[in-house]
Amino acid sequence: MTTPVLQARGLVKRYGKVTALGGSDLELLPGEILAVIGDNGAGKSTLIKALSGAVVPDEGEILVDGNPVSFSTPIDARDAGIETVHQSLAVSPSLDIASNLFLGRERRRKGVLGTVFRMLDRNGMREEARRQLDALGIMTIQNPGQAVETLSGGQRQAVAVARAAAFGSRVVIMDEPTAALGVRESRAVLDLVLQVRERGLPVILISHNMPHVFEVADRIHIQRLGRRKAVVDPKFVSMSDAVAIMTGAMEPPEEAKLT
Amino acid sequence: MSTTVSKKPEPSPLGGEHVRQSPLTRIQHLLHAQATIGPAVVLLVSIVVFALMSDRFLQPGNISLILQQVAVVGTLAVGQTIIILTAGIDLSCGAIMVLTSIVMAKVAAETGLPGLPALLLGFLVGTACGLINGMLITRLRLPPFIVTLGTLNVFFALNLWYSESATIRGTEMPSLLLWTGETFTIGGTRITYGSIMMVVLVAVMAFVLKNTAWGRHVYSTGDDAEASRLSGIRTGRVLLSVYATAGAVYALSAWILIGRIASASPQAGQMDNLDSITAVVIGGTSLFGGRGAIVGSLLGALIVGVFRNGLALAGVDVLWQTMAVGILIIVAVSLDQWIRKVKP
Repeated sequence: MTTPVLQARGLVKRYGKVTALGGSDLELLPGEILAVIGDNGAGKSTLIKALSGAVVPDEGEILVDGNPVSFSTPIDARDAGIETVHQSLAVSPSLDIASNLFLGRERRRKGVLGTVFRMLDRNGMREEARRQLDALGIMTIQNPGQAVETLSGGQRQAVAVARAAAFGSRVVIMDEPTAALGVRESRAVLDLVLQVRERGLPVILISHNMPHVFEVADRIHIQRLGRRKAVVDPKFVSMSDAVAIMTGAMEPPEEAKLT
Repeated sequence: MSTTVSKKPEPSPLGGEHVRQSPLTRIQHLLHAQATIGPAVVLLVSIVVFALMSDRFLQPGNISLILQQVAVVGTLAVGQTIIILTAGIDLSCGAIMVLTSIVMAKVAAETGLPGLPALLLGFLVGTACGLINGMLITRLRLPPFIVTLGTLNVFFALNLWYSESATIRGTEMPSLLLWTGETFTIGGTRITYGSIMMVVLVAVMAFVLKNTAWGRHVYSTGDDAEASRLSGIRTGRVLLSVYATAGAVYALSAWILIGRIASASPQAGQMDNLDSITAVVIGGTSLFGGRGAIVGSLLGALIVGVFRNGLALAGVDVLWQTMAVGILIIVAVSLDQWIRKVKP
């Protein structure tokens, strides 16, 4: 069996008396899109936050390429090559696209200008931003010097995805990337998700939107009551079955179960 | 006009469709992209108007006077701007400045400490005061308005206590402390070194904000602190460094203040707390953080200076000058609200 790129074993997270995660597992295989679905309160967000370093689990372990790691901040997860596109996008609207792409990891100029005067390599960052946007086929954003707040919802999402794809060396996690978007914008963002996979980066996609999940996912992780209920193959279950498993109305059929 | 409708290519959902904009929307977008255009236009127009109203307005002596009057508030506004960019506010800046000026002057006058160490001590005190504000805001998570309202009183009381409410005369101090009030002459205009220091400070801070990672982080922390944190920026550290830097800048204001009034008075600069906020707001920096520029604040300080001076030369009563400044503030903030509503 191939080693999962990212693996969680028995993650537990309690908030006072509320157990958000009650021993949840997760495996992300190389090059796949793993969709994570689950009802509200099933522990999707907490699971994802643990994987992206925003929450420290009380118990359990996280493995990257089979090696145990511990993330205490989002920076730790990022350093391990795990990039997250948060539902809130985590972009700074008044800054330009290039500044946002490099936010928190700015590049400095070479030589004295960079080391002594701490000058940023603005042109270099703009060129790189242009390259990243082009690589994902986001040609419609003309100018990486444009402020993010002048962009549409889909374009902002594209900027956030481009940032994750540019810096994610192992895993890209996307939390509800299409939740706030219209039909056509969603379409374009799903294409971005597929392109990230084409680059060889595995993706964890959290979504409430079943048609989107079934369209792009290779495997579907169904979270229920703080645990992983099943991982199913979207080719062998219907959308209504997936929802039924998610809500506890149905047990996962044996032939569709992957784990 | 042609009646044929040409089939436009279907715009991509991620694309920027070009909608025909009204002139007003275009102005809104322009101001949105370049926040300092507004104050620059206001400054130019007011200079032209006041020059037409009074022959004396553009005379070298008068220009020199305006620059001197603006230098103290102009430097305070630099510290105030970086704080307001982080969505904070500093009500204590004037109190920090006065306390610092008293420490510099009194230590030198009483112990015979030479000018340079006295100056450095002042910078230490200013930075420490800023750091205290920053610690209270980041560690105790108190709102900046409340913290600095408190420290305004604390620092002012310390100032009265240490100075024993007495003014230290310029003759008792080392000459270095008074240097900022000295002048040199360009083309018949006498300019104080303090005014030059203000311009240099503005240039340096504008450069740092635009060209360093720290500068970008100041903006993003004020724009959306949570997003910045998720992007790996240590927002607490950014805030702490901003308040400490502002404190050091206020110490520079203190030095300029001593030169301006040729003494160190515990009662000086009473209005400067709010005047610095006025300059920042008129300069187009948003009180909600993340938007604005240092150069705008310099323009804001100059606008206030020009208005007061120009109206005075035109023989308008002081109370109308104050009212004019008040109206300017409200216009500036309304403009900011309108600009922020810009549609993508």
